[in-house]
Amino acid sequence: MRIKCPLCGDRDSREFTPMGHETYMNRPDDEGWSPAWDNYLHLRDNPAGVTRELWYHGAGCTSWLRVERDTVTHDILRVELASDAKRGNA
Amino acid sequence: MVKLLAKSPVEGLVPLEINGLTLTESGLGPVTSVAPYAGQEAAASGALKALIGAEMPSPNRSTGREGARVIWTGAGQAMVVGADVDASLAQHAALTDQSDAWVTFRLQGQGVEDVLARLTPLDLNPGVFKTGHAARSQLGHMNAVFLKVAADAFEIMIFRSMARTAVHEFEIAMKAVAARAALS
Amino acid sequence: MRIEGKGRIDVSTPVKFSFDGQGYTGFKGDTLASALLASGVKLVGRSFKYHRPRGVLTAGSEEPNAMVEIGRGAAQVPNVRATVQEIYDGLDAYSQNRMGPLAYDLLSVNDLFPNFLSAGFYYKTFMWPRAFWEKLYEPVIRRAAGLGSLSGKHNPDHYEKAFAHCDILVIGSGPTGLMAALTAALGGADVILCEESNEFGGRLLSEDEEIDGQPGAEWVASMLDALRDTGRVRLMSRTTVTGAYDQGTYGALERVGLHVNGPAELPKECFWRINARQAVLAAGALERPLAFPMNDRPGIMMASAVRSYLHRYGVAAGRKVTLFATNDDAHRTALDLMANGVEIAGVVDARPDANAQGDYPFFAGAEVITTKGRKALTEITIRHNGSEQKIATDCLAMSGGWNPTLHMTCHMNSRPVWNEEIAGFVPADDAVPGLIPAGACKGTYSTAGCLAEGVEAAKQALSALGGKTPEVEIPQASDAVGGSKPLWLVSGKGRAWLDFANDVTSKDIKLAAQEAFTSVEHMKRYTTQGMAPDQGKNSNIGALAILADATGRAIPETGTTTYRPPYVPVSISALGAGAQGKGFAPERFTTSHDASIERGAPMITAGLWYRPSYFPRPGETTWRQSCDREVNMTRSAVGICDVSTLGKIDIQGPDAGAFLDFVYTNMFSTLKVGRVRYGLMLREDGHVMDDGTTARLGESHYVMTTTTAAAGEVMKHLDFVQQCLRPDLNVRFISVTEQWAQFSVVGPKSRDLLNGLLDAPIDNDSFPYMGCGEVSVMGVRGRLFRISFSGEHAYEIAVPSRYGEALYRQLVTQAETLGGGAYGMEALNVMRVEKGFITHSEIDGRVVPFDIGMDRMVSAKKMCIGKPATLREGLKETDRPQLVGLKPVGAVKELTAGARLFSAGADATRVNVEGYTTSVGFSPSLGHFIGLGFLKDGPNRMGEVVKMVDHVRKVETTVEVCSPVFLDPEGEKLRG
Ligand SMILES: [Zn+2]
Repeated sequence: MRIKCPLCGDRDSREFTPMGHETYMNRPDDEGWSPAWDNYLHLRDNPAGVTRELWYHGAGCTSWLRVERDTVTHDILRVELASDAKRGNA
Repeated sequence: MVKLLAKSPVEGLVPLEINGLTLTESGLGPVTSVAPYAGQEAAASGALKALIGAEMPSPNRSTGREGARVIWTGAGQAMVVGADVDASLAQHAALTDQSDAWVTFRLQGQGVEDVLARLTPLDLNPGVFKTGHAARSQLGHMNAVFLKVAADAFEIMIFRSMARTAVHEFEIAMKAVAARAALS
Repeated sequence: MRIEGKGRIDVSTPVKFSFDGQGYTGFKGDTLASALLASGVKLVGRSFKYHRPRGVLTAGSEEPNAMVEIGRGAAQVPNVRATVQEIYDGLDAYSQNRMGPLAYDLLSVNDLFPNFLSAGFYYKTFMWPRAFWEKLYEPVIRRAAGLGSLSGKHNPDHYEKAFAHCDILVIGSGPTGLMAALTAALGGADVILCEESNEFGGRLLSEDEEIDGQPGAEWVASMLDALRDTGRVRLMSRTTVTGAYDQGTYGALERVGLHVNGPAELPKECFWRINARQAVLAAGALERPLAFPMNDRPGIMMASAVRSYLHRYGVAAGRKVTLFATNDDAHRTALDLMANGVEIAGVVDARPDANAQGDYPFFAGAEVITTKGRKALTEITIRHNGSEQKIATDCLAMSGGWNPTLHMTCHMNSRPVWNEEIAGFVPADDAVPGLIPAGACKGTYSTAGCLAEGVEAAKQALSALGGKTPEVEIPQASDAVGGSKPLWLVSGKGRAWLDFANDVTSKDIKLAAQEAFTSVEHMKRYTTQGMAPDQGKNSNIGALAILADATGRAIPETGTTTYRPPYVPVSISALGAGAQGKGFAPERFTTSHDASIERGAPMITAGLWYRPSYFPRPGETTWRQSCDREVNMTRSAVGICDVSTLGKIDIQGPDAGAFLDFVYTNMFSTLKVGRVRYGLMLREDGHVMDDGTTARLGESHYVMTTTTAAAGEVMKHLDFVQQCLRPDLNVRFISVTEQWAQFSVVGPKSRDLLNGLLDAPIDNDSFPYMGCGEVSVMGVRGRLFRISFSGEHAYEIAVPSRYGEALYRQLVTQAETLGGGAYGMEALNVMRVEKGFITHSEIDGRVVPFDIGMDRMVSAKKMCIGKPATLREGLKETDRPQLVGLKPVGAVKELTAGARLFSAGADATRVNVEGYTTSVGFSPSLGHFIGLGFLKDGPNRMGEVVKMVDHVRKVETTVEVCSPVFLDPEGEKLRG
């Protein structure tokens, strides 16, 4: 598997580690424990198809990436810097 | 009073020469990481230019030349190698002394890419990775900075504590490539 | 039998080798199989189950029979296919899978009771009684099972892995592959051409065929020149592409040093990871064996293999050859042999309408119904026009048509598609993204068709890359396609083998169907058909057809098992190349490493780091003696310890304080410059991730320390927090772990020692407890932190790593003059347990701040990572196991880590567990063992006596619950 890091270019998967769904970027604002926190920490869809995940280019530029990929075909549809995506979402 | 003596992490381990390829250490000169603060990228680059005559490099590139070089080393970060930096840059960027954190190897000779093909997943084909190009990747299991400094030479930065492992890995790959060459 | 003047071997270079201890001579260019055939050796191995005599079947990597062991001793390699292994001087090969001599295999008795070992035999036979399994069944089965044998010794050979990158990978170098590679290179692409054999050319080297009026082999040579001329093609021979993976990644196995007696540095094999933007699969086709009774005798071979041995190696596979075929293509075998003076005893063609193509005894509409010859074929019996006829022969060439070598197209879950026209499976469309099948591997069998498809596939690949497509002239060649008619099973008495390697016959398939294993996947597993090293290359289609027939279904309806990587067996040595011994993981050495070794310290690993365990002195015979002495020495004078392995992170920027406030539970924005604070870091789920001290060096400059174990994880976590959660914070950080060599200077004489080395002396005012700052140490700019992990008056002094060794030696020498010295990890651990300081033994990922008495460190004034989750129900309840100190009060005075805690009167069973121990040690300061552990409601049970049971080490004692701080609870020593 290869991922095209927006900074480093096309790289072998051994340079990356996955974290899970992009949900992790959307930390709830609630001060105390709440259903939103429960969702954030524990609940995930497991789609057969397109999903967005966070991958860490730890052996490269140390960017966190938001990777859109298809869990069925293994196609990687889009890769962007998580910090860009976060700013875009905000 | 006695002075503290400096010691290279590869003392006694390099130079190595195997079948025309050489592995040497590239100096213990100053290395400083430069990470421009938010919105200060252009100002930092300008300050750097004024200071050492080289700008902040774009990703996967280096600027300057041997003696005063700036190497891209990651997201929003470069390393100034071989030149000192000062407060004129510090106001625009986080500066951190990295002079002792790395050992810089120079691997040179014909077929240098063949040796590196055994050690890194990077595409170092001459048509793709040209002189002045830089990359962050792995050498074996070790995080590394790769810089192509000449048509037949690379500089590879490895964390100091892993210097011995790096020499060991280089040596095995160099010997294997030499043994292949002797086949034909 | 060698035919003079034939073949591509170098007859001027004889090669001596041995097989089963007997010496033979072949020529450079021979495989072990061709050299043995040339020497008249037909029996080369025994079959897996029935131990039947077996000979060479094929001339390629698909060989199921001729598997041998190479070498003896540690470097012994089993299951080497003799059809792939090239000979070299000194090659030492052995037949395998036999008990006793090859010719008189003791286990061939199995062959007399074939029904005894039929499909499902093991499942049915070794069921009961259960107790027989361990003592009887398993040892017996193990003795007989397995193909080949390993030495059981460490493999001394060198293997390597390597990476390659290209625009277009061409897999196979027959007519299709050569044209594809040339077209791709002329189109400006960087090309890798992989060929499994030692020579490029594929079937063209094995046939008497012309291209553009040139003999095939000559055309191949001219093509190779043309490829080299482009300067864009990397030619990789002896390289089998083994698998197709995501995003254009291919695995390939190169035989680097298996064909020579090379030096130790020469790798035996190299496993390549090839990254290709596009690929052309030109893997050709494999000939299909015929299933007729007793079709497994030595001397029965694939027709195409007989031609390979003739044209490539100048070997006649027999003196009196017969042919059994279902297609015109195979008739070439007879014609080619006759042209070279070999007698053809008969050509048997199953097609009633077939015509002879030369002057040989011909039987149309006939079948071979049985064969004779125990160790080598002597006779076949054919059924022709209703009567039976025997023909004396020493070699039967068979051909049931061809199967496209489409394996790679199935590696990403695509299933092949049945093509009625060629009666075979062909690749599905777009089976693997970026992989374009062409030529015989997609069912195009004529040479002319292959040449054209090679060009076409390369153009398609070039277009996908956005490049120009060159005009390439397609050479003239034969357009004959062979015209095969399927014949799945010849009826008759006796077993008809399908899977030669695993001894699976047509009867086994029928039995599976009869016993309701009608799904092809079930049939495969029940019979083990296709599960041998050849992975069903020779048997899958035949077995499937018989299963279809037995279950009354058509072949497409029956389906097919899929092909998975690797295409050929790949040795673990090659897959794991580079990871043996020191290659397994990097070794990280501190700057004091050599000095510690000089002092005789045994080193222990801490992650990748090597750290000294203790420093034995003369007269000390156990580690405990050294450890006790080091603790006493440090607490009474001064001790030195290298702590450089702790993670150090330089943090700068206007928002550095805010960032730290967010990642730590406690406040750092309020920390004064020149001060250090202990910090607790949580995961977002509220559990403790790491702890350590952070110093404020300047208004917007901090340096954080992490534990040695969590340094990498913390760095990744900080990157995550900054990039994914708080890109609004203007902060920059970088690891400085390697930049600074840092040493603990611990004990009442620590300041005296330092003042002997610092260029300006320090005192309690300039460096109070938890103070920090820059210092000049023997002319070098360093950093000093007054922090303690021992409870003593202590410092950590840091200098740039290049000075680390020199400073360490100075510190230890000076410490020794003051009655102290170096201490290791054992003493460090004892001293921190004495003070109740936690490590990852305590914060093991399951504890929340409440559990370690640090609930109040979670600041109420701000948000931080993990804070909301610490408020979850159940995370602050008193019956959670919480940190306590433990001291033995029972008869047994020893404590062990990992033991369970129980109420004094309770049975030591799982349901009664109330806690566990995490760290223990003998405290020389107190004169007894002490321990840390977690106990339900621990803080409220001080003074209670509980039971400690270590079920693993069989240690049981009673312990008193106490405060985790055993020494100096007021911390007076720290501030002294
Ligand atoms: Zn990257």
